[in-house]
Amino acid sequence: METKTKVNNRITQLFQQKKAGVLNIYFTAGFPNLEDTAQIIKSLEVAGADMVEIGMPFSDPLADGPTIQQSNEAALRNGMNMKKLFEQLKDIRKEVKIPLLLMGYLNPVMQYGVEDFCKKANELGVDGIILPDLPIEEYIETYKGLFESYNLSNIFLVAPNTSAERLKKIDQNSSGFIYIVSTDSTTGNTKDITQAEGYFKKIQSSGLNNPTLIGFNINDHKSFNFACNYANGAIIGSAFIKALKEAKELKGSISNFVSSIKKS
Amino acid sequence: MKYTVNEKGFYGNFGGAYIPEMLYPNVEELKEKYLQIIQDRAFQDEFRSLLKDYVGRPTPLYHAKRLSEKFNTTIYLKREDLCHTGAHKINNTLGQILLAKRLGKKRIIAETGAGQHGVATATVCALMGYDCIVYMGEVDMERQKSNVERMKMLGAQVIPAKSGSRTLKDATNEAIRDWINNPVDTHYIIGSVVGPHPYPDMVARFQSVISDEVKKQLMEKTGKENPDYVIACVGGGSNAAGAFYHFLDNEKVKLIAVEAAGKGVDSGYSAATTYLGKPGIIHGSKTLLMQTEDGQVVEPHSISAGLDYPGIGPIHAHLFESGRAKFFSITDEEAFKAGVMLSRLEGIIPALESAHAIAVLENLNIKKSDVVVLNLSGRGDKDLMTYITKKDEFLKD
Ligand SMILES: Cc1ncc(COP(=O)(O)O)c(C=O)c1O
Repeated sequence: METKTKVNNRITQLFQQKKAGVLNIYFTAGFPNLEDTAQIIKSLEVAGADMVEIGMPFSDPLADGPTIQQSNEAALRNGMNMKKLFEQLKDIRKEVKIPLLLMGYLNPVMQYGVEDFCKKANELGVDGIILPDLPIEEYIETYKGLFESYNLSNIFLVAPNTSAERLKKIDQNSSGFIYIVSTDSTTGNTKDITQAEGYFKKIQSSGLNNPTLIGFNINDHKSFNFACNYANGAIIGSAFIKALKEAKELKGSISNFVSSIKKS
Repeated sequence: MKYTVNEKGFYGNFGGAYIPEMLYPNVEELKEKYLQIIQDRAFQDEFRSLLKDYVGRPTPLYHAKRLSEKFNTTIYLKREDLCHTGAHKINNTLGQILLAKRLGKKRIIAETGAGQHGVATATVCALMGYDCIVYMGEVDMERQKSNVERMKMLGAQVIPAKSGSRTLKDATNEAIRDWINNPVDTHYIIGSVVGPHPYPDMVARFQSVISDEVKKQLMEKTGKENPDYVIACVGGGSNAAGAFYHFLDNEKVKLIAVEAAGKGVDSGYSAATTYLGKPGIIHGSKTLLMQTEDGQVVEPHSISAGLDYPGIGPIHAHLFESGRAKFFSITDEEAFKAGVMLSRLEGIIPALESAHAIAVLENLNIKKSDVVVLNLSGRGDKDLMTYITKKDEFLKD
């Protein structure tokens, strides 16, 4: 049974126009400096990213490897928090047109209040939410109606050992896209994603209703291109955080980074 | 049975499995199989026989006469400190290694705070011929050095957790990340009644041997099987869950849970979760959690590494919220002094964790006719350095 969602936002619109090679980039809000958030988003759009995931830093990012752990720690040390982030995003829609997502862990969202969080995200022009530790059962039972009423796509992860049955359930309750985790790993691992070809093909041929993006361990032009063969695009996180860490000047470094991924 | 887990993995408002998808198949496999495996006759036979001949169970229920005299009541110590490896932790690790074997897993990971769970895991891995990797906070490796050496001697690899507060919470994060990276061949032996469902229930069941024995032993010694009080310290809460387990539904038995107040509950250096915490999510479970207004986990403090944890198991959050158990907190200094007191009165040097449970005797209005069972979760050998170095600070008078 197909459950049509009512969600119609910049993410769903993007995938109506662009079916291949979608580049989604993650960064941690508040890193390298507290006030870099808006600048990074704008520079990513100008550089040619199709979508941006804004990381809400958390003290205990369970699914993340050392690079993103450290950017989270640094952002918190810089003084980032949810209220601060929302202030920084106040005027973002005056300039930025590409889809924006908020990514983080459930606990800070719970403390903010899930309904208040959704309302605020909608006001700011955010299109999607990624909370890797929110179980789909609880989402369906408690939050789905709420997210949809604020026109937010909730993005679920799928991993190599996710069963076909569960994949179907995730597909039926998703909008926007499905996040295909490339290998059994935390973020920023060095596992070779070409090993995962069989798994990517299986998902590609499973007739999903939603577009897919492959993420985790995509770090250069080669791995990005490889992933794009099996999905509508791919997501880059740790590699971008590393580039930010080394950046002397944000705008130029971001432009160089995005070009290095997309170069043909 | 309103204090045990429901079919959705919750204790009242607490519990569940808040885990990323990469762990879902593993945790689901455990959930589907754990009851069937541990209720299986052959499993129970093997488990019981090793508890008896290898761990040294049943542990004595000892009538502590001089301690009883001091508090003008009747106190029995449940001597988990006499378990092989020196604490209750091995009841759980033995159960879980037998389970891992039946799940066909090849590699064992664990987290540890005081090192007792790490030692207990390394021990059963040696016993069963498993590779063992233990994550331990860098700070804890320093204050529990002898346990680090014990783990290494038993053939385990000890990996320092260098993130965050570099204590138990961070070691647990690292163990979970290892599991995400190695989901197929690895079993994660969690050391307390924490983590995603079914871990809290599974660990509580393995530890429930404590109260099962207490009932029988008390019957033999006093002619009644229910005490008036059961007292235990709570880090994550596994020794307390085991000591409370068979008394949960008998509301006449008062359950006393003792948390670490550190330097004082309001000092900013504390691990008194029920006092300082709010509902939140840590290590895959909804429970009471010490956190900032923004939902960032707060770094706890306790003199005892085993109680230095910003959450508690969901069963304890429920026992607290429902009022079924009473929670107290004990400072570093009070625990230290109680540890010295027990050494002098009974010739038993307790672990600093267990010393918190002893110290609470001062705060209870126990009647002369009451029978008190105090779970002495571990022995103090591992804490000798702390007992030595803190002596001048805490025993000046
Ligand atoms: C002797 C002893 N008691 C208690 C604890 C606390 O754990 P739990 O609350 O799970 O019993 C520990 C943990 O390391 C311990 O070593």
